[in-house]
Amino acid sequence: MSALAHVGGGTPGAPDDGPPQERGGRSWAPYLLLIPGTIWLLVFFVFPLLQLFTVSLQSGFPGFPGYYYRDVNFGNYLDAITEFAPHFGRSLLYAGLATFFAFVLAYPLAYAMAFKAGKWRNVMMICVIAPFFTSFILRTIAWRQILADNGPVAETLKFLHLLPGGRITETWVAVVAGLTYNFLPFMVLPIYASLERADPKVIEAGGDLYANGLTTFRKVTLPMSLPGVIAGTLLTFIPAAGDYVNAELLGSDRSTKMVGNVIESQFFRVLGGFPTAAALSFTLMAIILAMVFVYIRKFGTEELL
Amino acid sequence: MALFSSGGAGFRAAKGDLNLESVTKQFANFTAVDDLSLTVPRGSFFALLGPSGCGKTTTLRMVAGLEQPTRGRILIGDTDLTGSRPYERPVNTVFQSYALFPHLTIRDNVSFGPRRRGDSDAGKAAEDALELVQMSSFATRKPAQLSGGQQQRVALARALVNRPEVLLLDEPLGALDLKLRRQMQVELKRIQTEVGLTFIHVTHDQEEAMTMADTVAVMNAGRIEQMGHPEELYDLPRTSFVANFVGQSNLGVGDVTGTDGDNLVVEVAGTTVRIPKARSAVHSGRITFGVRPEKVRISSDQPTGAGNDVKAQVVDVSFTGVATQFLVTVPSGSTWAVYEQNLDVQRNTLRPGDPVWLEWDSGHAFGVEVDEAAAAEAQVAS
Repeated sequence: MSALAHVGGGTPGAPDDGPPQERGGRSWAPYLLLIPGTIWLLVFFVFPLLQLFTVSLQSGFPGFPGYYYRDVNFGNYLDAITEFAPHFGRSLLYAGLATFFAFVLAYPLAYAMAFKAGKWRNVMMICVIAPFFTSFILRTIAWRQILADNGPVAETLKFLHLLPGGRITETWVAVVAGLTYNFLPFMVLPIYASLERADPKVIEAGGDLYANGLTTFRKVTLPMSLPGVIAGTLLTFIPAAGDYVNAELLGSDRSTKMVGNVIESQFFRVLGGFPTAAALSFTLMAIILAMVFVYIRKFGTEELL
Repeated sequence: MALFSSGGAGFRAAKGDLNLESVTKQFANFTAVDDLSLTVPRGSFFALLGPSGCGKTTTLRMVAGLEQPTRGRILIGDTDLTGSRPYERPVNTVFQSYALFPHLTIRDNVSFGPRRRGDSDAGKAAEDALELVQMSSFATRKPAQLSGGQQQRVALARALVNRPEVLLLDEPLGALDLKLRRQMQVELKRIQTEVGLTFIHVTHDQEEAMTMADTVAVMNAGRIEQMGHPEELYDLPRTSFVANFVGQSNLGVGDVTGTDGDNLVVEVAGTTVRIPKARSAVHSGRITFGVRPEKVRISSDQPTGAGNDVKAQVVDVSFTGVATQFLVTVPSGSTWAVYEQNLDVQRNTLRPGDPVWLEWDSGHAFGVEVDEAAAAEAQVAS
């Protein structure tokens, strides 16, 4: 009994296991190495962000479109949100749908790569990554050809009477498809990484302990890969919510515009649109941050935070 | 066939001895298990002992349902389990790597099995199982927060909690250090006696198999070489593989030249030795003579009396405290090991190079079939 109690003594990570403390004064090397990165972030992230924030609060000179004065005009935010609420809704909806479809496509693929591919694993990995060798814009334009009204996909669906609207491009379906396609690798890779790390014996243990295939997946495999799933959904949802290329190239001019498209046009095409564009950017950022925070709080593990 | 008991759909509540009938498992061109038949009586502690690649783990996985046999049947009592899924069998495994669910607490790990079977008292069952392995105070931790020995205990509790008809242990002590392994050997034996379940323990460690099991089956190349009580196996190996794998043996290849009462007379490299007929697997022609190192006495004077003596030369002397281990060269050219307990008041004075006489009681000698490969290996090993 006492011998057994002793067995429990050696918990991992006991204080004496730790690395030896630094001796003879502090080392400045780590801080010196941080300087270039810190400067980069300050110059190209923090400063522009502050600049953008001040722009979002500016007011336009009445009667002089395109001229502004420094102000604390939170009305910009109110105007931007009320006027472009549908675009926010679409951004979140399309990004959510794309994340969902990417997950549905990516999980079996990542699972196959991790457990079933054998010698084909590297080939599959290259297939997932290879599209990155071509430009993002080019690939999205290629999708326009694939989904075009007289293209093979639309023709086949029309032939099968599965396309009531008669076309795929210029609809939300094309936008979501494009988003799903473009961000799929960001979903596949983290899920693959977490499944690949998992011990197949742990999955076998599920079966050994009376869980059938589906239950083992629900109770063992999926929870074990959850860190990868969370990383993948974040890496898909965040850029997809801010994306404007897919809506621009695959969507219609009216009904499928996302916030990204509005920001782009307010900045570059609408005279006097700077404060609105900046306010939209900040609002989108805030919404995404809030959603990510809630999401990680609910599903996240300590590995992510 | 499928009994819809408390275990949910497909669960088969079989009871009785475990029977393997002519089980064969082939992977591509490799036969891992070759026509293996085996009966493990209910409630016994059974060890499958063998070197890596001998098919012992494959046999275990077939019993668990994690592999299906290419041919043959697996039964518990009268219930044929061949072809059923792991979750349908009243069998649980303690995996070598423990395979605890990393995302669940220790309590949830242990109650996983009972929950799947719809046990409304899963929590209580888990508490009891943790109590049995003395891990109750760790119930709320995650596996990563435990040491190897602790994880081992949890893995055991997680299997035991289901009260399986057969509990499979796949080298469960392999990852533990020597001291902990010894403690766990005693502990496993205690738990097995307490719960009275059939334990099948797979190991390559002959000492582990011998200290715990009621019956040891020595496996080699997909077949069972010999099966029996540990003492029996050690005392009377029936093949040269067993002679070498279970303990150490001094072996010599020779020819049967005649009989002398109940003994066979064997000529090994010019030396005449005797083997009781009952202790020899071969009765004519080529034979491998064997005797255990601790059964051999060493002295600098020629012994008088029974004729089992050989002149030899000391090659190496190592003092181990309890005993002194000599390596000597016998006339056949091979090297024998001799263990002498340090019983004398006088210290050992033999040094490498000294000529000595070896002597043994012919009742300890055994004879097995000649196995050239194993004999060569024994040479290298000693």
